[in-house]
Amino acid sequence: MASNTKFAIIGIIVAVAIVAGVAGFAAISNDNVPEQAETTGAPTMETQTLTIYSGRSESLVGPIIEKFEQETGIKTEVRYGDTAAMALAIIEEGRNSPADVYYGQDAGALGALAKEGRLLKLSDPLLQKVDPALRSPDGEWIGISGRARVVDYNTNLVDKSELPDSIWGFLDPKWKGKIGWAPSNGSFQSFVTALRLIEGEDRAREWLVGIMANEPVVYSGNSPIVEGVARGEVHVGFVNNYYLHKFLQTDPAYPVAHHHTNGDAGSMINIAGAAVVDTANNKEIAERFIEYMLSEDAQTYFATSTYEYPLVEGIKAVGPQLPIKEINKPNIDLSNLADLQGTLDLLRDIRAL
Amino acid sequence: MNLSTRSRFKLGNLGPARASLPLIIIGIIVSAAMVLPLAYLGIRASEAGAGIMGILTSYRTFEVFANSAILALVVTALSAIIAVAAAFLTVKTDLPAKKFWSVILIMPLAIPSFVGSFALIATFAPRGSVLQNLLAGLGVEALPSIYGWPGAILALTLFTYPYVFLTTRASLRGMDPALEEVSRSLGCSTLSTIRRVILPHLYPSIAAGSLLVAFYALSDFGTPALMRFDSFTRIIYVEYQLAFDRSSAAILSLLLVALVTLILYLEHRVRSKAAYYSLGPGTKRDPTLISLGRWKWAALAFCGTIATLGLFIPVGVLLYWLLQGVAVGASFPNLGVITLNTIYAAVVATAFIVALALPMALLAVRFPSKSSTIIERLSYIGFAMPGIVVALALVSFGANHLPMFYQSMGMLVFAYVVLFIPLSIGAIRSTLLQISPRMEEAARSLGLGAGRTLLSVTIPLAKTGLLAGSALVMLTIMKELPATLLLAPTGFKTLATQVWTGAESASFSYSAAPALILVAISAISVTIILSQEKESGRR
Repeated sequence: MASNTKFAIIGIIVAVAIVAGVAGFAAISNDNVPEQAETTGAPTMETQTLTIYSGRSESLVGPIIEKFEQETGIKTEVRYGDTAAMALAIIEEGRNSPADVYYGQDAGALGALAKEGRLLKLSDPLLQKVDPALRSPDGEWIGISGRARVVDYNTNLVDKSELPDSIWGFLDPKWKGKIGWAPSNGSFQSFVTALRLIEGEDRAREWLVGIMANEPVVYSGNSPIVEGVARGEVHVGFVNNYYLHKFLQTDPAYPVAHHHTNGDAGSMINIAGAAVVDTANNKEIAERFIEYMLSEDAQTYFATSTYEYPLVEGIKAVGPQLPIKEINKPNIDLSNLADLQGTLDLLRDIRAL
Repeated sequence: MNLSTRSRFKLGNLGPARASLPLIIIGIIVSAAMVLPLAYLGIRASEAGAGIMGILTSYRTFEVFANSAILALVVTALSAIIAVAAAFLTVKTDLPAKKFWSVILIMPLAIPSFVGSFALIATFAPRGSVLQNLLAGLGVEALPSIYGWPGAILALTLFTYPYVFLTTRASLRGMDPALEEVSRSLGCSTLSTIRRVILPHLYPSIAAGSLLVAFYALSDFGTPALMRFDSFTRIIYVEYQLAFDRSSAAILSLLLVALVTLILYLEHRVRSKAAYYSLGPGTKRDPTLISLGRWKWAALAFCGTIATLGLFIPVGVLLYWLLQGVAVGASFPNLGVITLNTIYAAVVATAFIVALALPMALLAVRFPSKSSTIIERLSYIGFAMPGIVVALALVSFGANHLPMFYQSMGMLVFAYVVLFIPLSIGAIRSTLLQISPRMEEAARSLGLGAGRTLLSVTIPLAKTGLLAGSALVMLTIMKELPATLLLAPTGFKTLATQVWTGAESASFSYSAAPALILVAISAISVTIILSQEKESGRR
């Protein structure tokens, strides 16, 4: 029994040591991790660190956030992750969320945060910089860059004149087996939600059932669709506008081009947008960040580096792309896209999901 | 000669009847950590609205649930076959370059499953893939589709069989060679010795590895998504990521927990109660190797095929992406720091996990009781859940109950413990079963304290299992994504998060460099870990 007691004591010491060790790591990492460069900016802003939860990846927005730090002297701590996961994290963190700003890849995630009451209303001068159709009607979030739905087609296999003006044209049996789509993809589902809003439930179902009858090839996302189109696995694919330009950069002869339908859900423009979280330490600094993202520098950056559409007047999209004003986009409230339940039910019901 | 199917000794008769307090304390602490995700799911599920009934009662949900269950079953069976064959060849035969094959055949574990699936698609997709381009000259316009069942089964099997391979290999090495010698001296042929003596001794380790494969197949999201397979995790992800409906996601996750519990229960029921240790002192000789003879080429072809599909093709595709990236002038900043981060997090977490897993395994093996069984079985829950579920549970727990701790290194290590402790427990458990409790008793009766006995008897004897467990944990941690993204200190990047960053923005060349480093440091860790085995094959 004596040795059992000794074992017990050793065990407790080990357990305490483990807890202490873990706590030690916590302390070390809290001291070390936010390694910040010396800044030379405005002294009042310097004392504050802005915590950004970014659903956009570092390779896309890292450079422009760095530039924001340099120009304003505001230090940032950016957590990168998946758009939905970062929004869910803020919701799960509740009152203890360290987040000041949420920067996400689609209006749905921003809408979900707004619905949970986790976003602060943005000030009017900021809101006025962007087309009302591309921001929250209640002013809780704002579009930073535009992401247009397009039909990408293989330029070797399809003649541009064969492409219909309306998404309904793809119900024609001549497209059988030649369409690529990604029903599990968020952008596609936003498109279906838009279709329901614009044309009603019955018509949306009719369109989906019609496409299903044409036996579309299912892909996991937009990039695989564009690659599938380029490989000729399918002739056309329903995607967002900016994927193609990445492939065009490595291969200028990439055999894929954009086609826009006319005024229907197929030409919808979604956004990557930002919002101030209700746990923000300093709303003013948080808004400075959003203001910078809408500056000429940042908007030009998005046009030339992420190939998205700039949303502020006077800055042009690059590459062989139709100017955003010439896209005949449908008239919808993007925050209604937050309600995806009906879309999911519909997609499940017709067995697309 | 039938050493294993009937129990000759109740384990309880040999060891002390009750576990010592520290073991119980560690067991309780670890199980409390394992209960966190379950508690979170329970709370979220209780908040569910009426819509969930529609999902739960739909035929579709049932169908997809069945898909996942069948997938897990098939993948597990195939993995076990490949792994046991590979373990035999690399331990028990005169296969040339056994050390090389041992490392190479573990390596598919280092490939993140979405990278591996991507590589398989690039190679075998119906149109425009490498293989189809090669065959195009012969008039092959399209290959049979890899998507759906075949792709999901192929990818999951290739990237998870090492779980069984490592645990089985450890047990094979830990087996007392005297058992085979006795079998042969009694006139049994090689095949009959394998069937009647060796295989039965491997059941616990095959089962330990198979559980991991099954749970991985059930919880993985990347592979089914890329292979366009309708898996249950996909439904859970849809609820989380698109509908932001945490309650429906929780209820669906609990459905998965129910299936996992059933599997854990069944595995426990069929588990043999036999003693797997030998009663004598064991021999000090190396086991005699089975001569492959003319089968050597077939054996090499088998190992080569598995290694090609599971390692060489993914690495080849990664190299291709890297060269493409270099050609357009891609830069790969900070990879040195990121590599060190990855190694640091993995080594620290592996040390914690093994330190906690050993007492957990001791508790389960030396003091079998209802409660020690429940504690051991409970440890699998974190691993069997989709990563996002566990990560969000810990976000909720950390931010609200341990705010000082939240988004710290400690939190990340804690998350890795919750996710990956069963990898280590399983491997250690199956080697502990091979060690006679009499060894420990003898040490104790000679006056050694419990602590000394653990250090100088149990740990050296269980070394193969400890090492195999460490290798499994290390490799799995280094490629972990959802928990790392959500719980690591802000700005703490790992190779896996870098791979993801590239894939997220469709710049594969950006993914290629960190993925290749991941494979390289995994190979180095496996080599280091296996080189520790040298002395431990003999007793």
